Amino acid sequence: METYAALQVLWWLLLGVLLSGLAVMVGMDMGVGTILRYVGRNDGERRVALNIIGPHWDGNQVWFILGGGAVFAAFPLIYATAFSGFYVVMLLLLWSMILRPLGFEYRSKLPSAGWRNAWDWALFVSGLVPMVVFGAAIGNLFHGVPFQFSWNLTSTYTGSFLGLLNPFAILCGLLSASLSVFMGAAMVMNGAKDEIFERARTLARMGAALAIVLFGIGGFWVHGMGGYVLTAGPGAGVPQTPLQQSVALANGAWLANFDAHPALWLLPVAGFAGMLLGLLAASARRSHLAWWLGALGWLGVIGTAGVALFPFLLPSSSVPAQSLTVWNASSSQHTLLWMSGFAAVFVPLVLWYTSWAFYVMRGKVDVADVVADEHAY
Amino acid sequence: MHDIHVVDLSRLQFALTALYHYLFVPLTLGMSFLLAAMETVYVTTGREIYKKITQFWSKLFLINFALGVATGLTMEFEFGTNWSFYSSFVGDIFGAPLAIEGLMAFFMESTFVGLMVFGWGRLRRGQHLAVTYLVALGSNLSALWILIANSFMQAPTGAHFNPVTMRMELTSLSDLIFSHDAQAKFVHTSIAGYVTAAIFVAGVSAWYLLKNRHTELARRSFRMAVLFGALATVGVITLGDALGFVGAQAQPTKLAAMEGLWKTEPAPMPFNLVAFPSQQEHVNRGTIQVPYVLSLLVTHSLTGSVPGFDELEQQATARIRDGIPAVAALQTLSAKPNDADALAQFQAHEKDLGYGFLLQRYAPDVTAATDADVADAARDAIPQVAPVFWSFRVMVVLGLAMLAYFVMAVIYTMRNRVERKRWFLKLAVWMIPVPFLANEAGWLVAELGRQPWTVYGMLPTWMSASTHSVGYMAFSLIGFVTLYTVFIAIEMYLMVRTIRRGPDDDHAGALPHDRLHVDRMAGYAEG
Ligand code: HDD
Ligand code: HEM
Ligand code: HEM
Repeated sequence: METYAALQVLWWLLLGVLLSGLAVMVGMDMGVGTILRYVGRNDGERRVALNIIGPHWDGNQVWFILGGGAVFAAFPLIYATAFSGFYVVMLLLLWSMILRPLGFEYRSKLPSAGWRNAWDWALFVSGLVPMVVFGAAIGNLFHGVPFQFSWNLTSTYTGSFLGLLNPFAILCGLLSASLSVFMGAAMVMNGAKDEIFERARTLARMGAALAIVLFGIGGFWVHGMGGYVLTAGPGAGVPQTPLQQSVALANGAWLANFDAHPALWLLPVAGFAGMLLGLLAASARRSHLAWWLGALGWLGVIGTAGVALFPFLLPSSSVPAQSLTVWNASSSQHTLLWMSGFAAVFVPLVLWYTSWAFYVMRGKVDVADVVADEHAY
Repeated sequence: MHDIHVVDLSRLQFALTALYHYLFVPLTLGMSFLLAAMETVYVTTGREIYKKITQFWSKLFLINFALGVATGLTMEFEFGTNWSFYSSFVGDIFGAPLAIEGLMAFFMESTFVGLMVFGWGRLRRGQHLAVTYLVALGSNLSALWILIANSFMQAPTGAHFNPVTMRMELTSLSDLIFSHDAQAKFVHTSIAGYVTAAIFVAGVSAWYLLKNRHTELARRSFRMAVLFGALATVGVITLGDALGFVGAQAQPTKLAAMEGLWKTEPAPMPFNLVAFPSQQEHVNRGTIQVPYVLSLLVTHSLTGSVPGFDELEQQATARIRDGIPAVAALQTLSAKPNDADALAQFQAHEKDLGYGFLLQRYAPDVTAATDADVADAARDAIPQVAPVFWSFRVMVVLGLAMLAYFVMAVIYTMRNRVERKRWFLKLAVWMIPVPFLANEAGWLVAELGRQPWTVYGMLPTWMSASTHSVGYMAFSLIGFVTLYTVFIAIEMYLMVRTIRRGPDDDHAGALPHDRLHVDRMAGYAEG
C-alpha cells in the first residue's frame, strides 16, 4: 500500500514534469509561430525565425505526444474522461496542431508569396490556439467539469462547449499564451541578430509583463473561488473506483494545501520570480538567461496549479463525489512500477541527446544561410 | 447507454484516420533504412554521387514524413476522444506501450530527424551517418511499440480483469511485449514498409530512366531499391504466412472470415480461391475451390481442420449464457465492493465476461435477456465476412504480383538490361501505388476481422466508444475529411513537383527577393 501510494505521488510529480516540458518546449515553438508575422517583416526574416527552431520543433513536439501517452498509461481515467469530455476543444487543439508539421515542412517549398503567407497564418493559428486551449483546460479544472460515471465507469459529459469558455479559463488561456510568446521570443533572440533580435526583444518583454499581471489576477481569483475537498474515501494507495468517496465544496479550498504546508508558497514565488527576472533579462538582452528564467516561471505556474488542486486531477461539477483524484484515477501498481523504470532510463537519455542537438545547432541564423541552404525551411 | 449510430460513426472516423495515417507510415519505415543504406555507401566509398542520392531521396522522405507526423497526432488522442470507455477499460495495459513509444521511439526519431536535415554542414560524416541510422531505428521502434499495443487488442495476453477497479490490469509486461502475435505482426508490418519504399524508389528512378534524366542517380538508386525490395518481399510473404498461422490460433472468427468458412469441414479442407459470401444466408456463392490447400496453409498439415462459423456461433452462444452471471455479479460489486457472494459468482464466470457485455447491447439488464437477445448477440460474434475475405485476397494477390515484379527486376538489373526494357520501366512506375494498397488491405483484414471486439473476447466494440452525440460525430468527421483531403492534395502536388524538378534543383525555395538579399549580404561581407 505504501509503495503504491508513493508511486501514485511519483507519477503525479512526473505528470507535472511532463506538462512543464510540454509547456516549455512546445510552448516555445508555438510562441515562435504566434509572433512569426511580427518578428519577420519579409519572407527572408520569417524564414530566419522558422529555421531557428527548425531543427528542434519535431523533437520538442514529442513532449506533447508523450504528455498524451503518459496520461493514458499512468492515469487512464483522466485520459478517457478529459479527452472525450473536452471533445470540441480537443478537436480545435488537434486541427490547429496538425497544421504545424506541414507549415514547417511545406511553407518554403514553393517560391510563391501567397502560398507562404497562407502558411504563415496557419503557423500563427497553430501557435496561438493550442496554447490558449492548454491554459483554458487547466483553468477549467478549478471550476470542475460536468461529467459523471455509470456503474461500469462509462463517463458521460453533460456540459456544453461554451461552458468551457468561462472567464477564469480564458484568463488561464491568455496566461499560457503570453508565456509561450515570451519563450518563443527569447528563443528567436538566441538565434537572430539586428532588427529581428530587437523586435523579438520587444515581444518578449510584452509577453512577460502580461503573464505577470495575469498570474497575479489569477491568484486573487482562486482565493475567493469555491474549491473541492475530499472528505472521505478509500484513501491513497488503495485500489478503488471513483464511485466510493465523498467530496464537499468550500470557498477558498484551493488554498488549503498552501495553508497546511507554507513551504509550498515557494512555487508561486518561483513563478513570479521567473517571469519578472526573465523580463529584466530580456530587457538586458541576455536572451539565454531570459529563456531559462521563463522555464522557471512555467515550472512555478504549473506547480502552483497542481499543488492547489492536489489530490484532485479532474473534479466533477455535476457529481462532485465522482471527481477524479490521484488515488482513484491512476493505473495499477504493476503498471506504474514498470513505467517508472522506463522513465528512469529514458528521460535522462532524451534530455541528454536533446541538449546535444541544441549544442550542434547552436549559433546565429542569418538570411543568407537560410536562402543558400537547400535543406532549410 | 451507447447510441449505435455514434459507435458506427466513431468506427468510421477511426478507420478513416488510421488508414490515412497508414498511407505515410510504410514509406517512412522503409525509406529511413534505404536512406541509411545510401548514406553508408557514401561514407564508406566517399563518392559524392551517393551524397547527392541520399539528399535527394531525403527530400521526398521529408514531404511524406510531415504528414505521417501530423496524422499520428490525431491517432494519439483519438483513443481518449472517441474510445473513452475502451481507454479507461484497458488503459492500464494499452497506455504503457503508447507512452514507451513516445519516450523511446518518437523522441529519438524526431530529435535526430532535425539533425539529419540541418546537420549536413555541422556534423562529421560518421556522425551524420549515425544520426540517419538513429532516425531509421526510431521509426521502426515506434512501429514495434504501436504494434505491441495493437496485438494486445488482437490477442490479449499478460492482463486480467480486476473487479475492484472495474478494468483490465497488467499482470506481465513481458507477456505483453513478447506475445507471438506482436512479434509476427511487427516483422510482417515493418518489412511491408521496406517493400513499399523499395517500390517507390525503384518507380521514381524508372521514371527518370524513361525520361533519360539524372540517369546516374536513377540507375544506382534503382539497383539498390530492387535488391532491398526483393529480399523484403520474400520476407513479407513468408512472415505473412507465419502471421496467419499465429492469428488463426488467437482469433478463430477472423480466420473463418478470411477464408469464408461457414461450415466446419473435415480435413483436408479446400481453399476458397474465389467466393461471394452472403452474411445473411451464411453461404458462399460462385465459389472456386482448390482441394487440400486450406489445411496446408493454416495448419501446415493435411490432417488439420479449423472450425467454421456454425461451430463458432455455438461456442459463442454458450459463452454468452455463461457471461450473464458474470455481468450481473459485477453490477452488484460496483455498488457493494465487499459483497463476497457476488465476488465468488464473478470469479466463477469471469472468463466469459466479454460475452456478457456482447449481450448487454440487446439486453441492458442481462438477467432479463430472452433467447432472441442471446441469438442476436451470438450472430454479432462473427465479423462481416465479405470485406475481410476480399481484403485478404487483394493483399495476397498484390503480394505475389510484387514478388514476380522483383524477380524480373533482379534478373534484368543483374544482366544490365533494365534500361532497354522500356515496358518494364513503365511497369515499375505503375507499381508505385500497389504496396500502399496492399498495406491498407492488410489493415482492413486485421481490424475488420477482429470485430465485434476491440479487445478480442474481452471488450466489444459497441461498448468502447465515447458517449457523444451524433451531431458531435458528424462535426468531427466532416472536419477530418475536409482537412485530410486538402492535405493529401498538397502533399501529392509537392511530391510530384519535387520529383519533376529532380535532384539538381538547389534553390527550389528561394523567392526573387531573397536572392537580392543574399547579394546584398555578400556585398556587406566584402565591403
Ligand atoms: C506490402 C504490404 C503487404 C503485403 C505484400 C502482404 N501483407 Fe499481410 N499485412 C500487411 C501488409 C502486407 C500490413 C499492412 O502490414 C498488415 C496489416 C496489419 C498487420 O499486422 O500487417 C497485414 C496483415 C496481414 C494479416 C492479418 C494479421 C492480423 O489479423 O493481425 C495476415 C494473415 C497477412 N497479412 C498475411 C499475408 C500474406 C499471407 C501475404 C502473402 C502474400 C501478405 N500478408 C502480403
Ligand atoms: C495504422 C494502421 C491501422 C489501420 C489502418 C487500422 C484500421 C482500422 C480500421 C479499418 C478500423 C475499423 C474497423 C471497424 O469497422 O470497426 C479500425 C478500428 C480500430 N482500430 Fe485499427 N487500424 C490501425 C492500427 C491500429 C492500431 C495500431 C490500433 C491500436 C493501437 C488500432 C485500434 C483500433 C481501434 C480502437 C478501433 C476502433 C474499434 C473498432 O471499430 O474496431 N488500430 N482500425
Ligand atoms: C493507431 C495507433 C497509432 C498511434 C496512436 C500513432 C501515433 C503516432 C504519432 C503521435 C506520430 C507522430 C510522431 C512524431 O511526431 O514524430 C506517429 C508517426 C508515426 N507512426 Fe503512428 N500511430 C499509430 C499507428 C501506427 C502504426 C500501426 C505504425 C506502424 C506500423 C505507425 C508508425 C509510425 C511511424 C513510423 C511514424 C513516424 C513517421 C511518420 O510519421 O511517417 N503508427 N504515429
